[in-house]
Amino acid sequence: MSLALEALSWILIVSGSLFCVTGALGLVRLRGFYTRTHAASLVDSAGAGLLLAGLLLQAGWTLVAVKLVMIGLLIFFTSPAATHALANAALARGLAPDAEGEGVPSKR
Amino acid sequence: MFAVAAVALLVALGLALVRAVGGPTVFDRALAGNAIGTLALLMLAVLGFLTGRPEFLDLAILYGLLNIVGTIAVLKFFRFGNLGDPGEEEAGR
Repeated sequence: MSLALEALSWILIVSGSLFCVTGALGLVRLRGFYTRTHAASLVDSAGAGLLLAGLLLQAGWTLVAVKLVMIGLLIFFTSPAATHALANAALARGLAPDAEGEGVPSKR
Repeated sequence: MFAVAAVALLVALGLALVRAVGGPTVFDRALAGNAIGTLALLMLAVLGFLTGRPEFLDLAILYGLLNIVGTIAVLKFFRFGNLGDPGEEEAGR
């Protein structure tokens, strides 16, 4: 495969996995449930997107690429729905957005 | 190249596991479970490329589907108090 394509897929894969680590780090470090939801969605969107794009370049025009596109579409459609259901369930169960004193002085 | 991604995903899985164990509320644990599911899906894809076995991607698709169904079921239980028939009286609304 041409060197440029190889280098581009390498960059995409490394940056995608870097975003995954950043998202997981934010999941641990941030205080408060709703800020952690923001960090966790970083894994779904940027991490998965870049990583799958890098793998797609590696796979080229084969059936493997079709499967990778299917995984990308799956994540693209289901992870926002799951995050919404999570936040909705937490709010419905009385987890107020600033309940745990997330260090951000709430205006109210 | 894939080894780098696999190691990074392992680190991310470890961090998500820390949140899953330490999460104060049950929704933190559900959030960490969702993150672990996505990371495991990506790990399956990367390992499929690392060991040169394309059938791992089928596993990744299936795992993604199961993960979403599991997360929604857990959330429904903790939101409505039961997984019962939605027709009956809505508990917890």
